[in-house]
Amino acid sequence: MDALSHEDNPIPCGGKAVLELAVRNHPGVMSHVCGLFARRVFNVEGIACLPVGDGRESRIWLLVNDDVLLPQMVRQAEKLEDVLSVARHSGDHPLFFGLAEFMRQGEGKTVGRTNRF
Amino acid sequence: MDLSGAQLLVRLLENQGIRTVAGIPGGAALPLYDALAGSNRIHHVLARHEQGAGFIAQGMARVSGTPHVCIGTSGPGATNLVTAIADAKLDSIPLVCITGQVSSTMIGTDAFQEVDTYGLSLPITKHNYLVREADALPDVVTNAFRIAMSGRPGPVWIDVPKDVQTQRVRLDHLPDPAMPDGVGAVDDALLDDAARMIEQAESPVLYLGGGVIASGAALSSVTFAEQLGLPTTMTLMALGAMPHDHPLSIGMLGMHAARYTNHILREADLLIVVGARFDDRAIGNAARFCPDARIIHIDIDASELDKIRTANIGVRGDVRAVMDRLLPRITPRRRGKWLSRVEGLRKALPLQRPDLGDPRSPYGLIQAVADCVGDDAVIVTDVGQHQMRVAQAYPFRRPRQWLTSGGLGTMGFGLPTAIGAAMAEPERKVVCFSGDGSLLMNIQEMATAAEENVDVKVVLMNNRSLGLVRQQQDLFYGRRIFAADYQKSPDFVAIAHGFGWHAVDLDDASRPQTVLAEALARSGPGLIHCSVNAADGVFPMVPPGAANTEMVGG
Repeated sequence: MDALSHEDNPIPCGGKAVLELAVRNHPGVMSHVCGLFARRVFNVEGIACLPVGDGRESRIWLLVNDDVLLPQMVRQAEKLEDVLSVARHSGDHPLFFGLAEFMRQGEGKTVGRTNRF
Repeated sequence: MDLSGAQLLVRLLENQGIRTVAGIPGGAALPLYDALAGSNRIHHVLARHEQGAGFIAQGMARVSGTPHVCIGTSGPGATNLVTAIADAKLDSIPLVCITGQVSSTMIGTDAFQEVDTYGLSLPITKHNYLVREADALPDVVTNAFRIAMSGRPGPVWIDVPKDVQTQRVRLDHLPDPAMPDGVGAVDDALLDDAARMIEQAESPVLYLGGGVIASGAALSSVTFAEQLGLPTTMTLMALGAMPHDHPLSIGMLGMHAARYTNHILREADLLIVVGARFDDRAIGNAARFCPDARIIHIDIDASELDKIRTANIGVRGDVRAVMDRLLPRITPRRRGKWLSRVEGLRKALPLQRPDLGDPRSPYGLIQAVADCVGDDAVIVTDVGQHQMRVAQAYPFRRPRQWLTSGGLGTMGFGLPTAIGAAMAEPERKVVCFSGDGSLLMNIQEMATAAEENVDVKVVLMNNRSLGLVRQQQDLFYGRRIFAADYQKSPDFVAIAHGFGWHAVDLDDASRPQTVLAEALARSGPGLIHCSVNAADGVFPMVPPGAANTEMVGG
């Protein structure tokens, strides 16, 4: 698999895919996207979101398992009102490699744990 | 125009053609109710529980096919609406649900009657809104109606904080009323492939789902079946699409189908699935459903294609448009051998309707009601044994004659939905078959029915039990009947009288058929009570997980 050709592979990307969603930057759009995956018991391994251009649209990148259910998830995501398009990339999309590298460098500098009552 | 957000909301509903809404006021919805009081075009039906309001709106939407509106306040108003909205989502019913919310500045403070309505409504709606500014209302309301009625219909929820309802807005004119979005045209080559596959089939079956009703494709479906000589089955949601006594109708498929229907499907070499979603109650064990059949699947919702069963040809489009374009491409073939095989199975494995001649037996009562009210009446059910028996045996002849909770299977659906149907089509008689378990779940709406004086007749088959639960415990849980039989049963006739309803009891009638006919002929709300035997199951039945041909009983 070509994903394995990356040296110093910081995340296991075998059998993974990256979905890139162009969305309207409405409040709640993240809830719609995450809720869709959660309630269909489809695991999301990684997520990133940023506004683009003038801020009326955002991009959401999702690192997901590339299994037989993925096409169904893509079709479900395409039905969401605020999702404008869904593109599918291979699991070695650079975004998550960059993120993983950033997180690796930050290890040990994390803030203290919260108390939960 | 200089209006409050609430006044604007009411104007937008009027502009959309909404003339009846159902709801219950409360603190966070009071500005909206104050504005509704000022409308002389919208009639507000005061439900007794918000779930009732949701189902009244569903009743209006299900008989008309157009979006209708329910209203509630924040907190418990919103949580009480959830079941009715989830029900609309699963059955693809167009609704717009409007709730008040605590003021914007109070959101997130655990204020009185605050609940995360947006979060709650997320997985049970097609789309939802939390309105942040009153001047967003024209866009939000127009889009809500557009979304509710476009493509595969469904519910949309609009949550409006109290301060947004009181905020002043200036605008020059109202937007045009929402219209449904168009659906993209289907590729000719795909239709040609489908036509060829149909021509080649030796034992095809046409399989109609609720999408046929939603898209107004019943007539097209019947023409399609007639021109091509296709035996036609219907899901629970599609009953009425083809008249029950049409020679090509093989009735409802699935868990409580007649044996012949499931056996005909087993022998099919091609299924033409139209506006259906391979629901588990319809197909049983998915891997063993029609194992020899190729599949042409036509649906407006692309995500339904290949979801449960991979189609040989999947066509995304409006089912009526697709069938109308597909039909002229196919050279009809006479499949005498297949049709005579279908008739042979129909005669060998018919639906059993025990005690049909006795109007105090379940099947006899269903037939007796049908004999009295004719095809114009709207038939509603609750959920349970009575629902399955009506689905099996009622002589449906037209689309939107039959309203039932298919996907969510909500007990308590019947009475309020019947009220809504009667509000939307006051010229029709509305008959709601119910069971004692279901009726008790929304019995408070008897007060609403009396207040509106709707022509709703509840035919109560009282077995003093949760009949389908009891049946499953009897069949699959070692006959250990637990928490299914009621130790105390109320006097339903007295209760109906208490709500101001007319009520009759067939149990002590010397001429039950006459008493039934007279009760049905009256106008206004009425209860017809009839005791039935809890030990009688609905048969045949496909055990959960089994293939559809492995039926028990019947």
